[in-house]
Amino acid sequence: MLRQFLIANFRDEHGVREAVQRLRGQGYRIYDVYTPYPVHGLDQIMGVRPSRLPLVGLIAGLVGLTSALGFQFYAAVFDWSLNVGGKPANSTLAFLPITFELTVLFAGLATAGAFLMRAGLFPGARVVLFAEGTTEDVFAVVLRRRDATFDAGEARRLLIESGAYTVTLKEVTR
Amino acid sequence: MNTSTARNPRHAAPVRGPHARPDWVDGHPTLRQITDDIARPLEGRPGKGWFRCVTVSIIALLIGVGCVSYQIATGIGTWGLNKSVGWAVDITNFVFWIGIGHAGTLISAILLLFRQKWRMSINRSAEAMTIFAVMCAAIFPLIHMGRPWLAFWVAPYPNERGPLWVNFRSPLLWDVFAINTYLTISLVFWYLGMIPDLATLRDRATGGIKKFMYGLFSLGWDGSTRTWARYETTSLILAALATPLVLSVHSIVSMDFATSVLPGWHATIFPPYFVAGAVYSGFGMVLMLLIITRSVMNLERYITLDHLDRMARITLLTGSLVGFSYMTEWFMAWYGGNPDEQFAFINRATGPYAWAFWTMVTCNMIVPQVLWSPRVRSWPAALFVISILVNIGMWFERFVIIVTSLHRSYLPSSWVMYVPTWIEIGTLLGSFGLFFTCFLFFIRLLPMIATWEVKGLVGARPPVERTDASA
Repeated sequence: MLRQFLIANFRDEHGVREAVQRLRGQGYRIYDVYTPYPVHGLDQIMGVRPSRLPLVGLIAGLVGLTSALGFQFYAAVFDWSLNVGGKPANSTLAFLPITFELTVLFAGLATAGAFLMRAGLFPGARVVLFAEGTTEDVFAVVLRRRDATFDAGEARRLLIESGAYTVTLKEVTR
Repeated sequence: MNTSTARNPRHAAPVRGPHARPDWVDGHPTLRQITDDIARPLEGRPGKGWFRCVTVSIIALLIGVGCVSYQIATGIGTWGLNKSVGWAVDITNFVFWIGIGHAGTLISAILLLFRQKWRMSINRSAEAMTIFAVMCAAIFPLIHMGRPWLAFWVAPYPNERGPLWVNFRSPLLWDVFAINTYLTISLVFWYLGMIPDLATLRDRATGGIKKFMYGLFSLGWDGSTRTWARYETTSLILAALATPLVLSVHSIVSMDFATSVLPGWHATIFPPYFVAGAVYSGFGMVLMLLIITRSVMNLERYITLDHLDRMARITLLTGSLVGFSYMTEWFMAWYGGNPDEQFAFINRATGPYAWAFWTMVTCNMIVPQVLWSPRVRSWPAALFVISILVNIGMWFERFVIIVTSLHRSYLPSSWVMYVPTWIEIGTLLGSFGLFFTCFLFFIRLLPMIATWEVKGLVGARPPVERTDASA
């Protein structure tokens, strides 16, 4: 599908912050901002909802916790109960270190995996950069033209006033 | 001190008020300049110094491979172990290497949670160090098994012997889980942290195998703020998970000893004492590696004297904690009134391994105290010497704990001496070879400083400060 994007390039994060703030104030929706490093607070200014990744971590951690504790309990109490130094078959306290490790392992792997999936990052993913150098030293604010009410002239003015050094309208197949 | 240090006032010892905060990057490089500086070793040809280091490391590695092969083919009898001293240099090496790794996780995870900016230019190499150190550590329990091809027996897998499960109450099994989790999470953390930098390198590469590899491993990263926001959340979660994890790993290692009834091992102070020692030795290794690489790779601008100063402070703190733990141990041995426990400590200080004990006390209790001096903390040559002494001291600490406790325990009829064979020494040498070979290839193939984090540090500075210097 052919889509139209307005792309504004900036040299530093300060102009980007201002541009995004002003555009949002005027009711524009920001498609995305491409930056060489995470600009702190920019996601809030853009109105990006907080990530639900912590929830993924929590659930995976709980799964790790219960499965580790459950499995050790099953193996040591029901399946093959060994008398080790006269300790009770269900030595819950002694099962905790492994339970902890597996909780961390599950939560960590699931969070990292969920992040990669949600962000669409995988080996061989196609990269189409909106502006040259956004992984180097260019900051690009991108707006998407969805319908006729999109006032490209006004947006262009706001972007240049905030310090954009080039603003281009681009048609991209994405 | 080299000549450039003397000439460039920026590299001189920081002279500031007591509460002034350093900038962590000297001068005002542009964002592109930061990548240029950090990517230089990856894009140019390695110098003679690098080839010399690699040659020495690979020779050491090959000696280790030879020793390990001979030991596996012949049997554990090639080591100096005996009926009383069943753990010695091999387990010393294991605990030593696991400990080294702890500084990397402390820098990348704990300092991230505490929002310490000085971690930014050293976290990548410290994490790499963690991974290589854990790899070195894992070799030792594996070869100690004698029949390493049966190593999978430590995993609780359904088998035809019952299934007879592994003993979940054993600290040795806890170790298996702790170390595997630690290695996995460290690798994930390290790799995730590198994705944005790999994308930068992908976009710089002009073609060929480099562009393909960087493209493959950067997973299609494009620097979108939506992705960055999720990325930072993920980093924070991983840091929050890695923080208790790293504390648990050396605690569990210490329980290999503390849950036994052997005098000198059976102490409740072991977990925190081992964690402090691990961080202490790890910072010794980080200091040693970074003091060399910052000058060899011309990265003094990013790994500044202020960074060395902060690392030295942590070395001082953890070194003092280690010294305090020694004193607590001695006090408890005396105060506890158990004659066997008291004997274990008297034997350490005056017995046949007293030289190892006093090496440990000198390197771990006395040497780090010179770091109270700010002059020493910003003097790379002195720090380098101290960092080597720290590592020697911490290796001997584990040797003292393991060997002196075992060689004279409850039953005088089983008192023996332990002397390592050249196979054991060769294996230790080989582990250093493996570690340095990995590290040397790492600094040639991957960005050893987190470029995007340093960019964030410089880019967030007020605009006035940046524009006048970028001209």
